[in-house]
Amino acid sequence: MAEPTEQRVSKPQRFIVGRPSSIPEGGHVLVTAGGHEIGVYRFGGRFYGLLNRCPHLAGPLCKGQVVTEVFSPMPGDVRGNPDRAFVTCPWHNWEFDIKTGQSYWNPKLRVRPFPVGVEGAEALTAAVERGDTERVPGPYTAETVPIEIEDEYLVVSLRAVPAIRLEPAP
Amino acid sequence: MTTALLEDMTREQFWSGSVIDCDVHAVVPSLDTLFPYQDKVWVDAARERGFRGPAGLALTYPPALATTARPEWRPADGTVPASDLSQLRRDILDPWRVDRAILNCYYAIDSLRHPDWAIVMARSVNDWIIDQWLNKDDRLVASLVIPARDPAAAAAEIDRIGGHPGFVQVLLPVRSERLYGQRVFWPLFEAIERNGLVAGLHWGGLAEHGPTPTGYASWYVEEYAEESQVFGAQLTSMIVEGLFQKFPELRVSILEGGFTWLPTWAWNLNKKWKGLRREFPWVDRLPSEIIRDHFRFSIAPADMGPPDQMKRLLGWLGTEDLLMYASDYPHLHTDDLSVLLGLMSDTMQTNVMAETARRWYRL
Ligand code: FES
Repeated sequence: MAEPTEQRVSKPQRFIVGRPSSIPEGGHVLVTAGGHEIGVYRFGGRFYGLLNRCPHLAGPLCKGQVVTEVFSPMPGDVRGNPDRAFVTCPWHNWEFDIKTGQSYWNPKLRVRPFPVGVEGAEALTAAVERGDTERVPGPYTAETVPIEIEDEYLVVSLRAVPAIRLEPAP
Repeated sequence: MTTALLEDMTREQFWSGSVIDCDVHAVVPSLDTLFPYQDKVWVDAARERGFRGPAGLALTYPPALATTARPEWRPADGTVPASDLSQLRRDILDPWRVDRAILNCYYAIDSLRHPDWAIVMARSVNDWIIDQWLNKDDRLVASLVIPARDPAAAAAEIDRIGGHPGFVQVLLPVRSERLYGQRVFWPLFEAIERNGLVAGLHWGGLAEHGPTPTGYASWYVEEYAEESQVFGAQLTSMIVEGLFQKFPELRVSILEGGFTWLPTWAWNLNKKWKGLRREFPWVDRLPSEIIRDHFRFSIAPADMGPPDQMKRLLGWLGTEDLLMYASDYPHLHTDDLSVLLGLMSDTMQTNVMAETARRWYRL
């Protein structure tokens, strides 16, 4: 008689994609998690995830440049806001807020954002054992991210994004 | 019927509502007409040199060409068409029973490079318009003319005369030395806004680099047909340069420039803005919205295509409050006004025939 197999709690919704140190400030990497290509960005010391699919005509959004905000109250008075960054789509150059996925020109349009957290190895080991978190190939490597005790890891969650207050367009 | 002739209809049969004609012309018949309004030193200068007035007039409107004056409107005695009030009354003001007509005098002052003479010409044309037209018929309001090459002098002339209640607009020849959106023209638009006037972009003007967007055409017909691209370039410049952020009250009329090109032009501009707006970040909304707020268009010429296609095009304008009736007297246009109106809702017809212009020019 076969041993009863342990039932999986659920399909993993969280993915360990690398270490914080593997993404420099202002940089990003592309990972595949749960069948989605996701750009993981580091900006202002925090991490943000965006689906690599532009909500306009499905261009590979995360292949585009990251730029900071430029605005102007009047011709001849051009100002920059280094605290707000946009990913620009390589197809038609539309800008999407890195934090919220919101389109600059059409606030109703939004790239799907994914929360990216930083978690310790201990908690993650338990989560992997529970089956709700999976290790996937991380930045710069085809290898599954190994968990080593005492390190911190970037975890992308596919769960619904907590409500983000969209900043009003300037 | 054609745009401006009632032909076998009465005014009532054709249109029972109000009419405001937003583009009728006053033609300066000869330089002598302006002498009473000029200092003697300039009258003598003209006589000394045999100067007969700005050369650009005959290039923009070749006198004998059919498009310059409809045959019905050429006086039998050889008087220059549209050169005095009695002609305008007989041909337009009375038969059309207009509430108001907006008088535009294109005298090609911009074709003069002489900086002082250009100012003298503009002043004398404006004073002639007041004396011989505005003071004689309450139905008339007018555009004032400026030395367009010199924004500071233009602003001074606008401040001198722009407060006259008969002036509602400043006539800007669409072909200019530089695109009007550029900052060098801010003093001009500041004066227009300050005096509560409309900027009327109108067919004419001498480009320094040729009358098409890329050089000289061989034939008049090319110049005439390509003009819409020059209007488009000016509209684009005004939007992209942020003229309407700088002067939020500014109103611009496109006169004698057609309007059928507008929907596709605006689609293109919208698209470019979405992707390239970082280059001109002061423009913070769709160019098509700026056009709806800051531009109006006269319907002569209407450049009409087949009615069913024209109807679709009117829908693409996205607003019923953009077009204004114009006879463009005495010029010849052959669009059928009754067909054009027949493609519009009742509201739009009323707007086109009078109400849009009444609100726009605060008449
Ligand atoms: S597909 Fe991304 S802007 Fe068009």
